[in-house]
Amino acid sequence: MEKARDGGKKGTVSRRQLLQGLAVAGGAAIIGTSTEVFADGKFSGWPDRRGMLTDLTECVGCRSCEKACNEANRLPGPEVPFDEKSVFERKRRPTASAYTVVNRYEPKSSDKPLYRKVQCNHCNEPSCAAACPVKAYTKTPEGSVLYNADVCFGCRYCMVACPFYVPAYDYDSALEPKIVKCTLCYGRISKGGIPACAEACPAGAVTFGKRSDLIKLARNKIRKNPDKYIDRIYGEYEVGGTSWLYISSVPFDQLDYPNNIPEKPLVEQTKGFLSAVPMVLTIWPALLTMCYAATRNKEGKE
Amino acid sequence: MNDETIAKAESFPARFTDKLLMGMSWAEYSKKLITPFNIVAMIILCVGFPLIGLRFYKGLAAVTHSSNEYPWSILLGWGLFAGVPLSATGYVMATTVYILGYKKYHPLVRLGVLTGFMGYLFAVIYLLIDIGRPWRIYYPMAVSYGPTSVLFLVAWHVSTYLTVQLLEFSPAILEWIRAQRVRKWAILITIAMTIAGVILSTLHQSALGALFLLAPGKVHPLWYSTFIPVFNFISSIFGGLCMVIAVSTVCARWLRDKADDTFLSNLDPLTVGLGKAAAVVMFVYFVLKLIGVAHDDNWALLGTGYGYWFLVEIFLFVALPVVTLSVGVKKNSAGLVRFGAFHAIAGIILNRLNLSIITFNYNLPDHFHHIVPPAKEALIVLSIITFHILLFRWILNRMPVLREDPDFPEEDH
Ligand code: SF4
Ligand code: SF4
Repeated sequence: MEKARDGGKKGTVSRRQLLQGLAVAGGAAIIGTSTEVFADGKFSGWPDRRGMLTDLTECVGCRSCEKACNEANRLPGPEVPFDEKSVFERKRRPTASAYTVVNRYEPKSSDKPLYRKVQCNHCNEPSCAAACPVKAYTKTPEGSVLYNADVCFGCRYCMVACPFYVPAYDYDSALEPKIVKCTLCYGRISKGGIPACAEACPAGAVTFGKRSDLIKLARNKIRKNPDKYIDRIYGEYEVGGTSWLYISSVPFDQLDYPNNIPEKPLVEQTKGFLSAVPMVLTIWPALLTMCYAATRNKEGKE
Repeated sequence: MNDETIAKAESFPARFTDKLLMGMSWAEYSKKLITPFNIVAMIILCVGFPLIGLRFYKGLAAVTHSSNEYPWSILLGWGLFAGVPLSATGYVMATTVYILGYKKYHPLVRLGVLTGFMGYLFAVIYLLIDIGRPWRIYYPMAVSYGPTSVLFLVAWHVSTYLTVQLLEFSPAILEWIRAQRVRKWAILITIAMTIAGVILSTLHQSALGALFLLAPGKVHPLWYSTFIPVFNFISSIFGGLCMVIAVSTVCARWLRDKADDTFLSNLDPLTVGLGKAAAVVMFVYFVLKLIGVAHDDNWALLGTGYGYWFLVEIFLFVALPVVTLSVGVKKNSAGLVRFGAFHAIAGIILNRLNLSIITFNYNLPDHFHHIVPPAKEALIVLSIITFHILLFRWILNRMPVLREDPDFPEEDH
């Protein structure tokens, strides 16, 4: 770098230095603090964060949780009543008017159907949050991943990034569309309550508690009943761990749980790229100025 | 107000219409506008623009295939993901001429910069139609920062680069309106703008690929690779080179009277030169793509349906155009090079659509349903393309892009 400056023509030195300075300063402003991404590796923050344990073997598919969620969040009424079983004929996913849905599976390895409740898993290091260019998502100490419609501009990158296909979007709203997803009943749990779905479940399939306690509980259940459960807690490590945990009697991929996602938080995937950015911002201007100086001199001689 | 200012105020509108109508009277000008091309274009706009209105009246669901599973549809797949690499024309040409010092390519610089500027401008237009609350588009820049997001980077870079390209192109505008003094300043900042442009381009071209790094398990493993940012950056280089060949070909055919001798007589040798550079870069890209498969040990996947599709992409749409370009260069045939360039452009479009739409969520049932856009969305895209062409032609007709203005000879920057 120094050499290039000295090698250049006297008169252009200050101008080139100025350009370099401008480019670097401008670049730094543009990229901001992108390298101070999330903490490395395992998420260590908020040890008290809450979670939910779903025991898939207990769920009876009554959809009480869907109903309770709908009422607690004052969502629009369902197209099909909550006691209607015909909804199980196809697989559903959360939509703009439903934070949670229950699907039925009939895996060969099980003699009775299994029901899977789908909602935001409240990842420890959520990729929806890592994706959002306006920081509309926050992971709270209570464990909830919250969305703020006041800053969202509707790019839907969070939906692309969520490995569990959770955030739903208000495609029918022309002027005020927003992302819709489960909040882990933040309003209730921050006041010491429990989420509406957990409260409503008549079968005890959904348990609310401290995430670390839930993992112990799940392990105990598996240990005590090794014939009933497969030896895995889904959500313990997936994408760095999620607040929502599941135990089951059949392998999770038979229930459409994504099983091709890494154990590291997804934000790790882009870290390498983001940390290369400042490098480009500092090396490129110098390199290009050198090139410019070199070709300029060459032509001067011709 | 004294007489002098009144006279000025009168002459300004007159001069202005003179500029706009290219020296013709209203009657002459409107008569010239009635051509088959313009009539077809008008019909397309008359259908497409109201559909854009519908989007803002009834929501995206009324016109697009965007869904909860596939949030990004053809509006972004085409408008942003394919549009931006093909708009790399500005930075590749400015680098060639101003940084690397290949002055003989000077006749193509302005065309490159204009193509790039318009490409980005329209990428933003597609974006404004697609995002939910377009009036908040500046939020990542001013209201709420999400620096962990690759899209945050893209937002900043695309907007800054749009400004940079406008400044790069400003001498042409200033020559058109004869603003001598401002133009001098605009020329002075050319190098700074070129350097800024290269940096911004390197980053956001690769960032557009890096966006998908956050979705492993969603993008098919043959397209998902830690190299995506590198692939996207490198392909943007030959994308830009080939677009310059394509656009200059079209201009030399249909806007001959707006081009000067320097442009027309140099075009063939310059085309071959650009083709040579494109072939080299494209070959490197091809090899890297193979290394990508080896690096992730995805050989086994090549035997699947998506594997065949991948082979189609890299052999028919990368390797084959490389061969065409190389033969064209060897035989010094601008025609063959042009053919190869158009082919390579198709390859880039295919690649970006593969990444953002065709292989995205390949593992969901009903995957193929969403790939074909609904008619309304296709018509919106078609009308924006038409508008793009009309505006582009409008500028080329007026400003000194394909020619040098005799009053403003090329200066040594
Ligand atoms: S499940 Fe999806 S939406 Fe919920 S926190 Fe995780 S990444 Fe975000
Ligand atoms: S749609 Fe909204 S919340 Fe989601 S990434 Fe975009 S701005 Fe953020």
